[in-house]
Amino acid sequence: MNQSAGNTFSNNSPMLEVRGLSVSYGEKQALKALDFSIQEGEWWILAGPNGSGKTTLVNAVTRGVPSTGTIRWRGKNLRNMNSREMAGHIGVLAQNRSVDVSFSVGEVVQMGCYAHSTGWFGKLFRNDRGNKESSRQGRSIPASCFSEERAVEDALKAVGLSEMADRSILELSGGELQRVFLAQVFAQDPELLILDEPANHLDLVYQKQIFELLAEWIRTPGRAILTVVHDLSLALAFGQKGILMSEGKAAASGDVREVLSRDHLQAVYGMDVHSWMRKMLGQWDE
Amino acid sequence: MPVKEKGNENSIRKARRTYGLFVYLFFAGITLLTFLLCVSTGSVPVPAGETARMLLRAVLRQDQPQTAFTSIILSSRLPRVLCVALTGAALSVSGTAMQGLLKNPLADGSTLGVSSGASLGAAAAIAFDITLPSLPFAGTFVLAVVFAFLSLLITLAIAWKMDHSLSTNTIILVGVVYAMLVNSILSLVVTFASDKVKNITFWTMGSLAGAGYSGALVLSVSLAAGGIILFRFAGELNAFAIGEDNARNIGVDVRRVRWIILAAVSLMTGICVAVGGSIAFVGLAAPHIVRRITGPNHYRLLPAAAFGGAVFLMLCDLAARMILNPVQLPIGVVTSMVGSVLFIGIFYRGRKGQV
Repeated sequence: MNQSAGNTFSNNSPMLEVRGLSVSYGEKQALKALDFSIQEGEWWILAGPNGSGKTTLVNAVTRGVPSTGTIRWRGKNLRNMNSREMAGHIGVLAQNRSVDVSFSVGEVVQMGCYAHSTGWFGKLFRNDRGNKESSRQGRSIPASCFSEERAVEDALKAVGLSEMADRSILELSGGELQRVFLAQVFAQDPELLILDEPANHLDLVYQKQIFELLAEWIRTPGRAILTVVHDLSLALAFGQKGILMSEGKAAASGDVREVLSRDHLQAVYGMDVHSWMRKMLGQWDE
Repeated sequence: MPVKEKGNENSIRKARRTYGLFVYLFFAGITLLTFLLCVSTGSVPVPAGETARMLLRAVLRQDQPQTAFTSIILSSRLPRVLCVALTGAALSVSGTAMQGLLKNPLADGSTLGVSSGASLGAAAAIAFDITLPSLPFAGTFVLAVVFAFLSLLITLAIAWKMDHSLSTNTIILVGVVYAMLVNSILSLVVTFASDKVKNITFWTMGSLAGAGYSGALVLSVSLAAGGIILFRFAGELNAFAIGEDNARNIGVDVRRVRWIILAAVSLMTGICVAVGGSIAFVGLAAPHIVRRITGPNHYRLLPAAAFGGAVFLMLCDLAARMILNPVQLPIGVVTSMVGSVLFIGIFYRGRKGQV
C-alpha cells in the first residue's frame, strides 16, 4: 500500500486509511486496534454478530465517539478537518431513524447540501456553479450541491421520489423514509458513503431498491462505500472487500469471499453458517 | 412532464427560503393592530384613532397637544405594551430555538434553568444593592444575564460530567433539577430581603406593569442580537429538529452550534426576566401555535414566532389588565391559563390526527 506524503493528494493513496483505531466505553474496550484502507471504487462490507463493534467502528470513523489511532482522509488527518469539510467527503446513513417533525421530503433532502453551502455572505458572491470544483481533487461531479435546487432534484430523481418533494415525511412508509435519507446523503455528494444497515427492517422490495441504488451510485469514478450488513448474502452479492468483526477486533479482513469463508464464519458465529444459508436457500428449489 | 418538473423545482427552492415581503408586511400589520388595540384599551379607554395619531406624532417627534389621554398613553401604556410585545417576541423565539435544538416539544428558554438563574441574579442585584457606577439601572440587567449564562454553564458542565456526548435528555434532566434548586434559593433571597425585592409572585409569574422605555430599549437590543444569531442558524436548527445524528452527519459542528444557540437564548431570556420577571408558557405555547401555521422549517418559523409571541403576550397582558379591572392580574397567570389550554388542545388534536 502506498503511504501518502503529507497532505498532498495522490491517486495511489487510499481514500480512507485507518490504523490502530480503538474505542473504549469506560473499562470496556469496544474496538481494538483496527487497521484497514479503502480505495476509490471499492465497496466494503462490515459484518459480524451483534455487539461485535460494527456500529462503534462507523461512529469512530465519523467522529461520533472519541477514539484513538490514526484516521487519514487522502493522507490528511481526518480529526483535523472541520465538520463541514468532513461531510463534504464522507456521507453517513445512520441506523434506526425515527422522525416526528413534519418537514417535507424536499426540505429533508435539501439539508444534505449543508456541507457545500457557503453561508450568508458567501451566497452574495457565489455564482450558480460555485467554486468547489477545484477542491474536489480530480473528480468530476455532474450533479453536485453547487446548485442546491439541481442537487436536490437529481437526488430525488435517483431514489424515485421526484413526485413526492412536497409530501410530509410523517406520511411516508419506512422504505420511503429510508430513500428520503438516502437522497439526502446523495445530495451531500460525498466521495465515501458509510451506511449502517441501510436495509434494516425493510421488506425485500425496498431492500432490493436500496442496494441497486447504491450499486448505481458507486459506478461514478472516485466513490467508495462502506456498509454494515447482517445479511451475508447481500454482503457477497454487492461487496468486494470486507471486515468480519468479532469482539471489537477484525477476525478477518480483505477480499469479501475470503473474509466470509466457512472457517472464519464458524470461528466468529460459532456455527456452520454456510450450511445454514444453503439449507435456507434450498427451501426455494422445490 | 415539464409542468410537473417545474412544480418540483419550485417546491425544492421553497425549502430553504424564508417568507416574502408581503407575508412579513401581513405579520407586521396584525402585530401593529394588536399593539394599537392594547395601547388604546384599559381602565381609561382611549379612541383608537386618537391613540394612532398620538403614536404617529411620537414616532415623528412632533409636539403632542396636552390632553387627558397623553400622559396615560405615552407615560404608562406605550412603554408597557412595547415591553410586553418585545418580551413576547424574545421568549417565543427563544422557545422555538430550544424546541428545535433539543428536539423536545416541552423545551423553552427556562429549560436549562436559565430563567430561574436570571431571576436569582436580578433579585440578588436588588437585594444587595448591586449597581454599575455610571448606569445604576443596569445592575439588575447585567446580573440577570450573568446569572443566566452561569446557569447555562453550570447545567451544561454537570450534564457533560454525566454524559460526555451532552445528549439532549441529560441536558433537560439536569436543567429541570437545577431550576428547582435555584428557585428555592430565590425564595430565600425574597424572604430575607422582602423590603427591597419585589414579591415572589413577580419572579414566578412576571409583571410588566412598571416597565419603562429603558426596559424597552434593552429588550430591543437583545431581541435584535439574539434574533439575528438564531436566524443565522435556522438551517442548523432544522437539522437538529430531525436529530442530533442527522445534524452531525450533514456537517453541522454540533457542539459549537449548540453553544452559540444556547448563549443567544440565555441572553434574551436573561434580559426578559430582568425586565418583567419569569413569565411562564409564552416560550412553550407560542411556538407550538405558530408551528401549526408555518410548519417546522426554522427559516419561516423563527420570524413568525417573533410576531406570534408578541401578539400572544400583548393579548394576555390586555386580558390581565381587563378581566378584573381595576385589579390587575400577574401576566403569568393569564399566559399559564391560556397557554396550557391551547397547548393541550394542540397536542390533543395532533395525537388524534396521528391516530
